Amino acid sequence: MPANKFNGYTDYGIGIGLRIPHYGHILSRKPTVDWFEIISENFMVDGGRPLEVLDEILAQYRVVQHGVAMYFGAADGPNKEHLRRLKILTKRTKTPWLSDHLCWGSVDGTFSHDLLPMPYTMAAARQTAANIRRVRDYLEIPIAVENVSSYTEFHVSEMTEWEFLTEVVELADCGILLDVNNIYVSAQNHGFNPYDYIDHVPHHRVAQMHIAGHTKFEKYILDTHDHPVLDPVWKLYAHATKLCGVTATLLEWDDKIPSFDEVHDEALKANEYIAQAREAKIPAPRARAATSRK
Amino acid sequence: MAAKPQPFAPTKVASTRDLADLQRAMWRVISRPLTADNQMQRIWSDGRRTSQLTAQIAKPNDRLTSFERLEIYNRMYWFRVLDSLYDDCPGLRAALGDAKFIQLAEAYLVKYPSGSFTLRDLPSRLAHFIRSEPRYTRPHTALCHDLARFEWARVVVFDTASQPVFTMNDLLDVSSARQGKLKLALQPYLQLLRLDYPVDDFVLAVKQREAELLRGEASNAPSTRRKVREKKTVLPKRARTHVAVHRLDSRIFFKRLEPAAYRVLTSLREGATLEQALVTGIPRGKKSRVDWAARVQAWFRNWMELGWLCTR
Repeated sequence: MPANKFNGYTDYGIGIGLRIPHYGHILSRKPTVDWFEIISENFMVDGGRPLEVLDEILAQYRVVQHGVAMYFGAADGPNKEHLRRLKILTKRTKTPWLSDHLCWGSVDGTFSHDLLPMPYTMAAARQTAANIRRVRDYLEIPIAVENVSSYTEFHVSEMTEWEFLTEVVELADCGILLDVNNIYVSAQNHGFNPYDYIDHVPHHRVAQMHIAGHTKFEKYILDTHDHPVLDPVWKLYAHATKLCGVTATLLEWDDKIPSFDEVHDEALKANEYIAQAREAKIPAPRARAATSRK
Repeated sequence: MAAKPQPFAPTKVASTRDLADLQRAMWRVISRPLTADNQMQRIWSDGRRTSQLTAQIAKPNDRLTSFERLEIYNRMYWFRVLDSLYDDCPGLRAALGDAKFIQLAEAYLVKYPSGSFTLRDLPSRLAHFIRSEPRYTRPHTALCHDLARFEWARVVVFDTASQPVFTMNDLLDVSSARQGKLKLALQPYLQLLRLDYPVDDFVLAVKQREAELLRGEASNAPSTRRKVREKKTVLPKRARTHVAVHRLDSRIFFKRLEPAAYRVLTSLREGATLEQALVTGIPRGKKSRVDWAARVQAWFRNWMELGWLCTR
């Protein structure tokens, strides 16, 4: 779905994450890039170098904000100071949509700085959807929630992850940032079929996709963002693109970051799959009848 | 009949309260310090096996037990927060050595876990902790306290707001009769520190050494690398030091201040008029008025060049 209400009716193409080791290259060489994704929390400050760099980037590039600490699934709800600062930043960047994760990470005012998995229950889905609505109403921009990589499952869960994601986005009426690498990682860690996941999410709500690399350990896979995208993830991306249509796509590379050109070239590999999807002339996905549980 | 023990984690999540209880239980598990070899502790604080508690939260799978699945998060939590403090506190780390620094950081984070959405704020209470829990830094507690204050100041300077600078034109707009009553403000990012140790020089030396080490790692010359590593950390001797931590063109700098200049600046920050700040800051009687006038002029010229002054 190239443009929908969940990504502000934009058609952004292929972007990469704005990372400190690339600042010099970007500001001096001004390479052609469709768009940059910034980590909101890195720029929710009052001044100094972060905002100076951001303003230079904004003068030349399209920027979308991606958060790592809103914790839509936290029982205590969004942090007010976080929201206040986030709104100031959205005014600065004019981000057409804003994404954060389907997870929790804070409890009783203490922050883990991690993306912790949700128990998949209706009560948790309702609380998460209510939090997303509060954030969207305050920020007044479309929200997309991203599925996370996870390493554990809860006894209390009553549904699959994709059913939970669907419940949340239908209840909140928000978009999805479909991270195909995270689907692959979780599928390997929990033993489900990643294609089932992609087949069952509401495709018309997909506002953006993430691709990334991961690391395989003996007993589990870790979402490390420190490698090129692996073949099984590219295959999932191709499948998702066929179902969802050509969607704004971003490569995440956050550790052992190579040169700007290497990261950008890796991201542009997505063009091959986008071309296949365009050639197939797939009609835009439409909303299915809502199947929310009681 | 004995009361049934409270479950560690809820057996269902049917309400927001249940969700909070589950999140609280998982947080208690993953925020518990690791063992010396970076494993999850096998025994809980009340003597139960940790695996009994993790089994109430997480499902095992065909490769990992409940304990092992939550251990992944336990390790990621501690690696992330310790790495963050490690990066923010190069001076403190050099003064204590890595092992003692990690002990201090872990104890600090147990007492003061992050209360902010950003890791930037993690060291904000470290100086206070060092003073209140001296056992982690003995016999260098005073030095470590200064280092923690200084390194936190660097964090604050990096991204705190700036205001339009006070210029000569602004001064000319004020009649000479009112110039003494002028209230000047300091840039919000400017940090003024009165220290017991010259930690500015120490941190600079540490950072320079780390840069050399990094260059050494990238070099193919093993002999150079060995030589750099052999240098020992020499701790600074006690000496009262006044420092401004500031930024210029987005870079952080440290500038030594004369004690009187420090007093003038702190008075201005507290809201004193220019006249009051000078009266507070400059000692009476020891030097001639002429000496001070030239000095004060030089200070203000320099402070204006550095953009430290702004209008209130």
